Amino acid sequence: MTIAWYLAVSAIVFAIGAVGVMTRRNPLVVLLCLELMLNGGNLALIAFARMWGNGDGQILAIIVMTVAACEVCIGLGMIVAIYRRRLPIDVDELRELQG
Amino acid sequence: MSSVIFFIAAIGVISGAIGVVMMRNPFYSVLSLVVHLVCLAVLFLLLRSEFVAAVQVVVYAGAVMVLYVFVVAYVGDEGEGIGARLRAGPTATNGSVSAALRLGGALLGGALLIELLIALLGTGLEAVNSHGAGYSPGPRTYGTPAYIGNLLLTRFLLVFEVASFLLLVAAVGGVVLARRRGGLGEDDPEQGRLTPVELLRPGQTGTMAEGIGSRGR
Repeated sequence: MTIAWYLAVSAIVFAIGAVGVMTRRNPLVVLLCLELMLNGGNLALIAFARMWGNGDGQILAIIVMTVAACEVCIGLGMIVAIYRRRLPIDVDELRELQG
Repeated sequence: MSSVIFFIAAIGVISGAIGVVMMRNPFYSVLSLVVHLVCLAVLFLLLRSEFVAAVQVVVYAGAVMVLYVFVVAYVGDEGEGIGARLRAGPTATNGSVSAALRLGGALLGGALLIELLIALLGTGLEAVNSHGAGYSPGPRTYGTPAYIGNLLLTRFLLVFEVASFLLLVAAVGGVVLARRRGGLGEDDPEQGRLTPVELLRPGQTGTMAEGIGSRGR
């Protein structure tokens, strides 16, 4: 398998995640789709690391996982806070910051 | 043999990703993401990154997904219900708006996919490597925990420390965001008093003692 196959899979996963972020309304699912996009990026990073026979890409992938874990922590905390305030859990309804 | 495994894992990855986007119930979306992550770990193994694959399964599919499952079980369908009730009232044209949103999202996603494929497969690879996309063998220990640990603690030590600090900040932020707040607008009679215990452990922070009702609200 050449590396192009892996890159194609990573591009497909990234695009699916982007579609999910744009179309879904539930912020939980939006967070899940963000994870999909990060995973697509991770797959490309690891494929390129394999191509060069070099570990730097793998380190970057691990750091991306760390940042994703932080993002999940903050995002889920926000969702729980929204739920506690009895606001609708829907990114289309939460438009107070829109002015 | 490796191409057979690659295609099985790639089909799992892509169908899992589609499942995340398509499922109505967020709970099934989370389960679909678990399938996606496990298949992605198989792809990582095929790329000889054993440590990253193990981290992917243990941390991502294990810990992070459990967090998601808890929040989905806590918030779950009720959130969708509130949103649907709010939407059901004044907007009769909502169906067409939603369909247009979905169509536009799919169009934009398709354009993004084509652009990415052109960038990655068309000219990008020739630009970085004139020999095409072959593999370099790398060192013998490539991808093992020892190799990754050596890199993390020597060349990328600063990155490692910054990441650990970032995790600490995120954990504190998550607790602060999700903590129990006072009621909306009503005054809490306990708020004025401050005992020595509360200096260490401020009120209404969702501690266990509050949960069983022995102090605080």
